[in-house]
Amino acid sequence: MKKPKPQSGDSFGYLAEFPDQHKLLDAIHTCRDAGYRKMEAYTPLPVHEVWEALGHTSPLAKLVLGGGITGALVGFGMQYYASAVHYPINIGGRPFNSWPSFIVITFEMTILFAALTAVFGMLALNGLPRPHHPVFDVPEFDNASRDRFFLLVPWYDPIYDRGHVEQLFDAMHPLSLNEVFHP
Amino acid sequence: MSDQTPLSTNLGRLQRASFVLAAVGLGGLVLAAALSPENTEQFYRSYLMAFLYWLAPALGSLAIVMLHNMTGGAWGFAIRRQLEAAMRNVPLMALLFVPILIGGIHPLYEWSHADVVAADPILQGKALYLNRTFFTVRAIGYFCVWIFLALSIVRLSARYDRTLSVAALRKLKVVSGLGLGTYVLTMSFAAFDWGMSLEPHWFSTIYGLLFVIGQGLATLCFAVLVASRIARHEPFSRWFAKSHFHDLGNLIMAFVMLWAYVSFSQFLIIWQANLPEETPWYLHRTGHGWQTVAILLVAFHFVIPFLILLNRRTKRNMRVLATIAAAILVARYVEIFWLIAPAFQHGGGLSVHWMDIVAPLSVGALWIGAFVRNLRGRPLVSLQDGKLLGQLEEASHG
Repeated sequence: MKKPKPQSGDSFGYLAEFPDQHKLLDAIHTCRDAGYRKMEAYTPLPVHEVWEALGHTSPLAKLVLGGGITGALVGFGMQYYASAVHYPINIGGRPFNSWPSFIVITFEMTILFAALTAVFGMLALNGLPRPHHPVFDVPEFDNASRDRFFLLVPWYDPIYDRGHVEQLFDAMHPLSLNEVFHP
Repeated sequence: MSDQTPLSTNLGRLQRASFVLAAVGLGGLVLAAALSPENTEQFYRSYLMAFLYWLAPALGSLAIVMLHNMTGGAWGFAIRRQLEAAMRNVPLMALLFVPILIGGIHPLYEWSHADVVAADPILQGKALYLNRTFFTVRAIGYFCVWIFLALSIVRLSARYDRTLSVAALRKLKVVSGLGLGTYVLTMSFAAFDWGMSLEPHWFSTIYGLLFVIGQGLATLCFAVLVASRIARHEPFSRWFAKSHFHDLGNLIMAFVMLWAYVSFSQFLIIWQANLPEETPWYLHRTGHGWQTVAILLVAFHFVIPFLILLNRRTKRNMRVLATIAAAILVARYVEIFWLIAPAFQHGGGLSVHWMDIVAPLSVGALWIGAFVRNLRGRPLVSLQDGKLLGQLEEASHG
């Protein structure tokens, strides 16, 4: 079921603040057990377990593979077309399709396409650049880059229900609990 | 402590079985070699390949440990004691080179034949470097350097475990940093001497690096195999984390790519230049049946491991990674065979003598027996290592 387009002032989600990563991980597990799937976590340092606990999957690896294969095909195809089809020239008696000498450029193009796909794919999938996000309106959120751990259950989660989320979070006794609104 | 008994019993059994197999295999080879002059010649050829193959995990361990002393990383602490046990086999490799120095130079190396050199102006020009005396002196020199490095690092690492002295750690870093450069140079020259000079007209500066990279790759694969065996036993199963195998898988993939890169660089340069003194080396190795070996190498030494290791999940799966490591270790011998054996056939077709199979297995049995003996001599994990302790906690969490 598709959710209606949110209006300004509608609930964006609930943001809970925790003192350490263990409490955050516990909260993530509790919410996942309750059925929430689209949570976001904000931590001041990288915590590998969080990514796994959230159950996020990223299509980036497949995109990069596709980018690499495209780069290889473009790189090889370009040289093949130039030297064997479009303007064949006899150089030192070598065959027009001198594939060993094409490999270097093919390799470089593979890396170039894969790397560009990785950078721009990452930005696109993260929805970046994004100058403002509703969670920035919560005053405590500044601490996410210092020493606090935050968990957001957003409105676009399929089973998002304001009352239920608030109840669930309350039972965990977070340091702070804020409802976030659409600007 | 009762959990540990099965592993130590297994290791004891493996050590005894290895030494028995080595005695039978090497005894049989020597007997067969004594039967006829052709057999003697074949014995030295097969023995040289077996020696070069088993030199790899011993010297490679030295290199990887030196590298790890400079860079750190959890993966290295997990396999450190195995690598130290392997590099304590460097003196054994020196001992195993003695037969080649005593009886093998003449049957193996054309440049040691006075009549051939007399008729060959190119070999006369190289005689200052390629002669029996200097060859022997260089070999002794290489082994002195390697044994010194291996024993210093094992000793300093043991002292650090005992005392946690910062001075020992700093010394370890100095020896490792200087040793790493020395290793790459000495191993390059050793490869020129022992492998490249089999065809003394041909030359390639990349050739030495091929051996260096091969040794690093063989060592990582060997370490993964041993770790996957040890990890089946309590309490070690808790000490190897998925992330260690992930890191080792990434390193294996990097070395596989580096091998392909360097091998192809040598091929491309020679193919482009198309010079008569360089191309025969590849012509011998891509014709008369040898092209099959070359294609197998491209497939099993690069394409297949590379494609499988691209996937994150396969690197974190100990069993899959161990299978790939075993396959690469077989491919390593095929590469050495492909590099060395065509030199003896002077453009003839591909043929495999039974000694080409039995020699690496027999030398390998001796090597494994000594390795297990070294491994049993010290605890498999250093509990005193502060960094390792942190890693143990991490492993028990996830």
